Amino acid sequence: MSKSTDQPEMNRREFLGKTIVAATAATVAPGVLLSVAKAGPEQKGVTSDVRWGLLIDTNKCADGCTSCVDACHTENGIDLQEKPEGHSDAMWEQQRVQWIRKVKLQDKLTGEQTNLPLMCQHCEHPPCVDVCPTGASFKRADGIVMVDRHICIGCRYCMMACPYKARSFIHEEVANQLVRAPRGKGCVESCTLCVHRIDDGGTTTACQDACSSEGHNAIVFGDLKDPNSDISKALKEQSSRQIRADLELNTGVRYTNV
Amino acid sequence: MKKMHYRELWCSSPRYWGGLSLLGFIILIGLGAAFYMEHSGHYVTGMSNQIVWGLPHVFAIFLIVAASGALNVASIGSVFGGPMYKPLGPFSSLLAIGLLAGGLMVLVLDLGRADRLIVAMTSYNFKSIFTWNIFLYSGFFVIVGAYLWTMLDRKVERFKRPVGFAAFFWRLALTTGTGSIFGFLVAREAYDAAVLAPMFIIMSFSYGLAFFILTLISAFWWSGRTLGDVRLAKLKNLLGVFVGSVMYFALVYYLTNLYITQHHGVERFILLEGGIYTIMLWVGQILVGGVIPLFLLYSPAFATSRTAVSTASLLVLIGGFFQLYVIVIGGQAYPMSLFPGKEVIQSAFFDGVVASYVPSLPEALLGFGGIAVSMTLVAVGARMLLVLPETLEDPTDECP
Repeated sequence: MSKSTDQPEMNRREFLGKTIVAATAATVAPGVLLSVAKAGPEQKGVTSDVRWGLLIDTNKCADGCTSCVDACHTENGIDLQEKPEGHSDAMWEQQRVQWIRKVKLQDKLTGEQTNLPLMCQHCEHPPCVDVCPTGASFKRADGIVMVDRHICIGCRYCMMACPYKARSFIHEEVANQLVRAPRGKGCVESCTLCVHRIDDGGTTTACQDACSSEGHNAIVFGDLKDPNSDISKALKEQSSRQIRADLELNTGVRYTNV
Repeated sequence: MKKMHYRELWCSSPRYWGGLSLLGFIILIGLGAAFYMEHSGHYVTGMSNQIVWGLPHVFAIFLIVAASGALNVASIGSVFGGPMYKPLGPFSSLLAIGLLAGGLMVLVLDLGRADRLIVAMTSYNFKSIFTWNIFLYSGFFVIVGAYLWTMLDRKVERFKRPVGFAAFFWRLALTTGTGSIFGFLVAREAYDAAVLAPMFIIMSFSYGLAFFILTLISAFWWSGRTLGDVRLAKLKNLLGVFVGSVMYFALVYYLTNLYITQHHGVERFILLEGGIYTIMLWVGQILVGGVIPLFLLYSPAFATSRTAVSTASLLVLIGGFFQLYVIVIGGQAYPMSLFPGKEVIQSAFFDGVVASYVPSLPEALLGFGGIAVSMTLVAVGARMLLVLPETLEDPTDECP
């Protein structure tokens, strides 16, 4: 009798134990599987042994040429963005996505004119990463500043903090997009230095390719930490500057002749 | 001193339910507007990649700042031991909770992905002032809720002072946090100033008290109770001091910027050539929100006029709203200086030009919805809890 009353007691304990084990497994397994999935063969992992950056020679940047901008738009599906029906052109100009833009400057004293493309400067100490409440705005080990579109809540604090106005918010429903450059309504995005190319072993960005094929060669992309890379050699040879160097952000994008 | 009795807010049913259904209607419209913006995307608003924070943020910051200020009356009562303020403590805490809830609702519903609120609650970057604020805001609800409890329940009354102290320091931290959202934005010339944090604190004193006076007068009118002249005069004089202090801080902020050559451009914009922002500053903030209220509050002609006090409080709120509009939107409208010494003569992305912003109707409706949420919480709370004294007639055995 006492045995038969004990029996259910044992079973319950066992049941509870097994339930806990199962629940733990169910909680932990997806994490394990995800990290296994992440370690795919195409990704050797991002390391801080490299730091990707751009050097822009403004003397070579041609007035009126927008080939870098056009190439970026095609590469990252920005040209697929559609103005919502019946929306005013003037408003849309301020709301559409822009990862890279051409700016023409004139010196107030001498009148000297300069042309340059402006994009996310991939700072070593990015203010957008500092202010992001969820950590969606992040810097990869190789120096690329990006937005994790899975945890961006669309607060736009990063856009307030960016000194270069380099970020865009997606103001409308997205109908068409590319797999390599995902885009979602209500999230923020910016130049990724064509991260999909880099992760596939590529060595150039779309803007650089476009500039070279136009024959201007104003944009050089490369590893700032590799002393033998084109960008490091060029940086050693000529004096360059960071935009808003006063903020001490140590930008990954440098300019000469500004 | 006579024993103070508290009673729920009772008034004739049509008056109460009529008022409540009006507030409910405003909330419904606000929620509808938020759904519309969320569903279509932010392109239907006046916000853009140039002006990224718009009218909803002005409303939200306004309510959040006012919330911490509304707690001031309770703090004066139990932390600093002001007997005249003591009976007003519970109502002050309730108002603080209500205002914060309304402000947060507006802030959250304007997010690009409001559906991901759970992400904001589970994934943190502790360097972000926004993250601090998430803790400061939720902590505020807890601490002020506990504070309200100690004021209402005899059994826990002994904790009133320590909890009151905690609430007082917490609210200072909260407004510092809100001010720092702007004060630490190094990129924009109008914001990069630490004085913004204390300035937000003094703004909170002023808006919070104005809100308090207005809701107190309304609640007493609603329920037909008496509010003594002396008590109101105390609140009124205090409001005057706060309004003057806000003007002083604004003066310091602008003078500091005027001293820094680099900031002359943005100062010329805001103070002289900013069009709508300049008008909002001088007419809205200074005249309507400062000079006229000060006159109404201190002129002997209006010494005991309820209308003057109510009008002054309302004007302080309107002026405060303009002040935040100038800070939040005016500060973004002025172009960032990327190339000192150079002029931008061409840009595909509006570099070097003043950004335009025309608020859209849904943004405004969402904002008013937030205010209605605050007022509804206060109306319901005052009906269910013993937060309002039966009478606030002037005490006879006390020096005014």
